[in-house]
Amino acid sequence: MKPPFEKVVAQHGATVLRVVRAVLGHADADDAWSDTFLAAMKAYPDLPADANLEAWLVTIAHRKAIDITRATARRAIPIADTPDTPSHDHRDESDTGLAEAVAALPTKQRQAVAYHYLAGLPYAEIATLLDTSAAAARRAAADGIAALRRAHAHNPIDASGENGVHK
Amino acid sequence: MTTVDLAALYPVDGDDITRLHARLAAAADRDDLLDVAYRTVDSPVGALLIAATPAGLVRVAFSSEGHDAVLQSLSDRISSRLLRAPKRLDAVARQLDEYFSGRRHTFDVPLDFQLSKGFRRVVLGHLAVDVGYGTTASYGTLARLSGSPKAVRAVGTTCATNPIPVVVPCHRVVRSDGTLGGYRGGPAAKRALLDLEGVA
Repeated sequence: MKPPFEKVVAQHGATVLRVVRAVLGHADADDAWSDTFLAAMKAYPDLPADANLEAWLVTIAHRKAIDITRATARRAIPIADTPDTPSHDHRDESDTGLAEAVAALPTKQRQAVAYHYLAGLPYAEIATLLDTSAAAARRAAADGIAALRRAHAHNPIDASGENGVHK
Repeated sequence: MTTVDLAALYPVDGDDITRLHARLAAAADRDDLLDVAYRTVDSPVGALLIAATPAGLVRVAFSSEGHDAVLQSLSDRISSRLLRAPKRLDAVARQLDEYFSGRRHTFDVPLDFQLSKGFRRVVLGHLAVDVGYGTTASYGTLARLSGSPKAVRAVGTTCATNPIPVVVPCHRVVRSDGTLGGYRGGPAAKRALLDLEGVA
C-alpha cells in the first residue's frame, strides 16, 4: 500500500535535507530539497509501491544537486581573492570545521560519503548514481572518511556504521 | 574513542521542515500537482480533517474515523499527490468556524462529490440544498426528494457514509419515529450538531 505523499515528506524530508546540505552546502540546500520533492511528487503516482523511497529520493536529489551546481557555475563571477574568513552557521565550532572538511572533499568522495553515511544507500546503488563500480564507490567513501579523519584527528568520525547508518 | 555522528553535522530542526513543506505545498499547487490538500480544524465535535481537490471540498472526517486511515483512503481513491496545505481550505475552515459559533447557517464553498456515485450522489445533492439549518427530514422524505420513495434503506446507507458530513448536513436526517438514527461521527456528534442548530 502506497503512503500518501505527505507521509513521504514527513519520513524522508530530514534525511534528504542533510544529504543536499552535505553535497551542496547550506546556501543551495533549500533549493535542491524543493526541486527534489516537487519532482518526486510529480512522479510519485507512477512509482511502484515496493520501491525503496529513500534511495529513489536520493537519486532525484543527486540529479537536482548537479543541476544547481551547473547553474551556479554559469552564474559565477570570478573574484580575485576568496575571503579568508569562512562563514559560520549556527553549528558549533568543531562541527563547522568538520562540515567545511566535507565541503572540501572531491565531489565523488563527498557524494559517496553523503549517500552512504547520511542516506544509508548501499554501494551498488551509489555506483549507479556516480556512474562507476561498486568497488570504486566504496573506495571513494572510504577515502572521504579517511580525509575527514585526517582533517580532524582530534574529532574522529564514526565510520563503523553504527550511528543509524546502514550498510 | 569519541564518535561523531555524521548526521549531527547537518542538524535539521522542525522549522527547516515546516519552511520547506510550505514552499513545496505552494509550488505543487502552482504546478497543478496538489491533487488533494488537507488540514485539520478544531470543533465542538472534535478535530475535523478537511480535504479538498481543485474542484472543491471532498471530505470531512471525524477523529473517530482515524485521520491517518482517512488520508490513506483519499490517497488510494483520489490521488497519492496529497499534502497538508491549509491555504486551499481557508474558506472552508472559516465557514466551519462561523457555523460552530452559530453565525453561519449555510455553507458557500464548492463541493466535490467524486467519492459518492450514482444514487448516493443524487441523495447528497438534495440533502445539501433541500434540508435547511435547524430543520430535520426523515429518511423517507429524503428518498422522495431524491425521486426514489422506496429507497429508504439506500438513503440511510448514503447518510451513514456521507463523505462530507457537517457541510452536507446528514445530521439533519432522522428516523420517522423521531429517533436520531446513525451517524458517521457517532450519535453524540449528531445530537451536538442538532442542539447547535436549535433542533429539539
